[in-house]
Amino acid sequence: MERSAADKRRMTFSALGDTAVVVALGSGIDEAVLPRVRALAHLLGANRPAGIMDVVPAYATVTVFYEPGRLAANGPRPYEQVCRFIIDRARHLDSEAKKKTATAGRVMEIPVSYGGEYGPDLSEVARHCGLPVTEVMTLHAKADYLVHAIGFAPGFPYLGGLPAKLSTPRRPTPRGSVPAGSVGIGGAQTGVYPLSTPGGWQIIGRTPLALFRPGLAEPALLRVGDKVKFRAIAPEEFARWK
Amino acid sequence: MEISVIRGGMLTTVQDLGRVGHRSAGVPLGGPMDPFALRMANLLVGNAADAAVLECTLLGPELLFSADTLIALGGAEFEGLAAWQPKVVSAGSRLKLGAARKGCRGYLAVAGGIDVPVVLGSRCTYVRAGLGGFQGRALRDGDVLPGVDVARRLQNHWQIDPRILPGYAEAGTVRVVRGAQLDEFGGALFAAEFKILPQSDRMGIRLGGAKLTRIGGATELVSSAVAPGTVQVPPDGQPIVLMADAQTLGGYPQAAQVISVDLPLMAQLQPGGRVKFTEVTLEQAQKLAYDREHVLALLHEGLAQKFQ
Repeated sequence: MERSAADKRRMTFSALGDTAVVVALGSGIDEAVLPRVRALAHLLGANRPAGIMDVVPAYATVTVFYEPGRLAANGPRPYEQVCRFIIDRARHLDSEAKKKTATAGRVMEIPVSYGGEYGPDLSEVARHCGLPVTEVMTLHAKADYLVHAIGFAPGFPYLGGLPAKLSTPRRPTPRGSVPAGSVGIGGAQTGVYPLSTPGGWQIIGRTPLALFRPGLAEPALLRVGDKVKFRAIAPEEFARWK
Repeated sequence: MEISVIRGGMLTTVQDLGRVGHRSAGVPLGGPMDPFALRMANLLVGNAADAAVLECTLLGPELLFSADTLIALGGAEFEGLAAWQPKVVSAGSRLKLGAARKGCRGYLAVAGGIDVPVVLGSRCTYVRAGLGGFQGRALRDGDVLPGVDVARRLQNHWQIDPRILPGYAEAGTVRVVRGAQLDEFGGALFAAEFKILPQSDRMGIRLGGAKLTRIGGATELVSSAVAPGTVQVPPDGQPIVLMADAQTLGGYPQAAQVISVDLPLMAQLQPGGRVKFTEVTLEQAQKLAYDREHVLALLHEGLAQKFQ
């Protein structure tokens, strides 16, 4: 159903406890909402005034964390002050979102060595999907993905765009440790584990790229709104990386 | 100045006030489970409120100090050192913290702070990602922690007004403001008494003893930001109160959010302890937070004259 223009522009506010305001820009997983999410996160995150601590975009929301004690003591109540700050910065949301749509994020290429020791669950995914192993690799590497959110673990991208044919349930028992760089499928989603963590996704390959770099000012390689392409590489190229 | 770790204790980590401003990269806030106790411990040795300290859990560490210094323990009461008051230690002396008698987590501040490298704006340890703190992990026997040489002495004898100190018990009532999906659970969150399960950790405190069921079945939610204090309810109905190392995003229904001033109470409940929840308004929660900041500011001012 086509939403009205006013609907598309609506922001709804709610409190996440006594230190955060959640701005909802839509609902569900909706590629049309992402440019507005990115634009609002950008407008709010630049030159944060005292008391505004963090800005977190995800799917259809932007959450603004604040410290009530560091906002103007004689102004309106802290929650209202933060809502006003958001409304004020969102005056240019439409033009900023248009810019974000036009620039459409960056295209990030992620090299992946599929199967073998790097992708122990590739054959299980192929079996579940009723496809040859090579077809799983080809389909996974050919698709265009979009970063809807970064979370779960530092730098972990939630990617939309997995071909429906590759959808595979999570492993019945999660692994105690999934190596950093592992590329996995969990249900209808695909993603990359930036750090070695426990995890239940089906691991089909591994990238030599570091998705989380704690030494840098922007530690996550990917941002919400980035397009992601996987490129199949041979294990030898993986071994030679950097 | 060095602090040698003779025994690491059950889970001793370096913590400061947390890694602010990196949640969009998926990096949790981290920092202390009980921020009030950490700030108090720092004030008691004349440190800045955000200096790095040792967070001790249930069974404390045994330490050896290479130089004269000043220490203080905030939070849980441990065998071996009285809480909430500064103590002079001399070069070569040992400190052995035993089991936590009341509360769950103690904050051992040392004059000058624990001088581990700053990673993404903070010295706090995020064990899951091996980030920050001392080599990204909990302390082990044989570690040597870098301290700071400061000549800081106590001026006279003094004590903190006990009225501003928290009391820890086996059972507590924790105040919350409503979460986005509170009504979907009827009044169940406030009717039951929950038990702290042993699987609880710095990421979340898991509650048992009663289950919360969504009225009208499960509609899938799209992940959005969560924070320390979020009471989320997975499909098995057993609530989890997210704590310091909480993931940045979550997709489970949110029943409530523990108010800032009561997060320390939650942090200090031991496994096996019991908790009830009661609802307050956002205005009440923020008034309480202001009042606590005021107390800490007064204390900061008052203590400024107590060191030389």
